[in-house]
Amino acid sequence: MLLRRIELTDVRSYDHVSLDLEAGVTLLVGRNAQGKTNLLEAVHRLATGSSHRVAGDAPLVRAGCELGVIRCRLETDDGRERRVELELASGTRRTRTRVDGQQVRRAADALGVLRVVLFAPEDTAIVRGEPSERRRFLDDLLAQRRPAYAAARADYDRALRQRNQLLRDARAGRLPAGGTFTTALEVWTEQVVAAGAQLIAARVAAVRTLAPPTDRFYRELADRPEPVGLVYRSTAGAATATSGADDARVPDPSAIVAGLRDGFVARAEEERARGLTLVGPHRDELELSIGALPARGYASHGEVWSLALALKLATDVLLAEVGDRPVVLLDDVFAELDEVRRERLATACRGFDQVLVTAAVEADVPLAGSRVEVTLDAGVTRLRPREPGPTGVEGAA
Amino acid sequence: MYEGAVQDLIDELGRLPGIGPKSAQRIAFHLLQTDPTEARRLADAITRVKATMRFCVQCHNVSQAEHCRICLDPRRDDTLLCVVEEPRDVVAIERTREFRGRYHVLGGAISPIDGIGPDQLHIRELVLRLDAEPVAEVILATNPNVEGEATASYLSRLLATLEVRATRLASGLPVGGDLDYADEVTLGRAFSGRRDVGI
Ligand SMILES: [Zn+2]
Repeated sequence: MLLRRIELTDVRSYDHVSLDLEAGVTLLVGRNAQGKTNLLEAVHRLATGSSHRVAGDAPLVRAGCELGVIRCRLETDDGRERRVELELASGTRRTRTRVDGQQVRRAADALGVLRVVLFAPEDTAIVRGEPSERRRFLDDLLAQRRPAYAAARADYDRALRQRNQLLRDARAGRLPAGGTFTTALEVWTEQVVAAGAQLIAARVAAVRTLAPPTDRFYRELADRPEPVGLVYRSTAGAATATSGADDARVPDPSAIVAGLRDGFVARAEEERARGLTLVGPHRDELELSIGALPARGYASHGEVWSLALALKLATDVLLAEVGDRPVVLLDDVFAELDEVRRERLATACRGFDQVLVTAAVEADVPLAGSRVEVTLDAGVTRLRPREPGPTGVEGAA
Repeated sequence: MYEGAVQDLIDELGRLPGIGPKSAQRIAFHLLQTDPTEARRLADAITRVKATMRFCVQCHNVSQAEHCRICLDPRRDDTLLCVVEEPRDVVAIERTREFRGRYHVLGGAISPIDGIGPDQLHIRELVLRLDAEPVAEVILATNPNVEGEATASYLSRLLATLEVRATRLASGLPVGGDLDYADEVTLGRAFSGRRDVGI
């Protein structure tokens, strides 16, 4: 998939810009705080449904404006042209989404039309943050891979909220005890298990797919090339834990269903006492390790950073299994690396169909491709595409 | 705040489901400027629906009399009973012309978040009907979303204890959708392909 054109109107620091893009590498160069990240953020929002920096769409609208518009035109691998347009509101109005000129009924219908992988400094939270960060990493990735995952995820969240409410009501004595409660709880457990097993199966398959390329990218990027481990530790039991590619790729859903049911039986009393659902994919963990140690809490800044980037680069493999390969967005990545690793990352970038890279210093990025200068002028970001010339750093590649 | 009757109208409209303060204001001023006979027609329709419509004592569908037309129709098959959430689901299924049995409207779905449990639905009345009527099969046609599935699951457990055959509409309905939105062809197919949901 190729992103052919980006158009922003009243988005963040942009009043109005349009940028035409080619296959391969596009480098956005400019000092910090000129608006480079804002551009990647807008593309990421359009592709995935959320900003990587803020919750909600209102902050993306330029200060003082009522509406902001993000438009992207892309070309699929089979040569079709597609357009996605978002009209973001600064107030409480919902964002309007158009795909190929048609307004969509649900915002989710626009997800995955444009596919991207973004790596930004915030992504180190995937490695060093709470387990919820790693679950969200898997969920966002799987939703972009197949919209059906997002639907299963929504069903799961809904069933989980209902079951938690029932447990809270029971704890507060707001329910008739006995048969009615037991049956009602069984009914909601069944809903949670049905949707939850789908999520766990997809996550386990994702982890199995991600493990080998993550390990490969990490060894290329890190100072010390130690092996990296990915283990999905599920409340559904050991049946779903995995670390290697030797296991069958998609786990047997009936084993997960059985594992979840056993988990609910084992923790029934605790759930009643706490008024909370304690079994299911919302409590699972993706464990990351470097060498023999867990990455979280033990890894150095450099290791955290390399592992987060390796995970993100590996997602290309997962997305490419179903549909087009994603557009890769790298926000301020090269500055963190020494020369040897810059060259390795550059090699990885040349393997992707299209890469948008931001950098403060052009010479940090040893990649040929088009250059766009990003400058802030009286609070408004300007983009100036530049023809690749002899002053470029292509010679370094 | 507006003077007198206009504000009263805005307040009343604002109490309706799905109508916010801005819409209430727009509708109120539209009515204020509209032709008096047109406004009268709306007022009459509201008065008439309250004076003449009620809920059928047998199936809880909307009805003009104590019993609705479907419950009174002798050509309907007494052995088939279709359980739905809302009156609008009856309308959606009737449009398919695939179903010739009778209905039972629950008045919603089980949803702890909204404080709706089995006791808040017409489930006790359903059990009484199964005792009094020669029903051989109960078709669970609750919506294909999380709450509808949970309700169907609850009922199938209940019906199993009463030894009544229960079936669920075949899937093929849009995921997360309401029965109401399902197109007639899909819904018709769902009826012919329903499956047993014994426990
Ligand atoms: Zn009736």
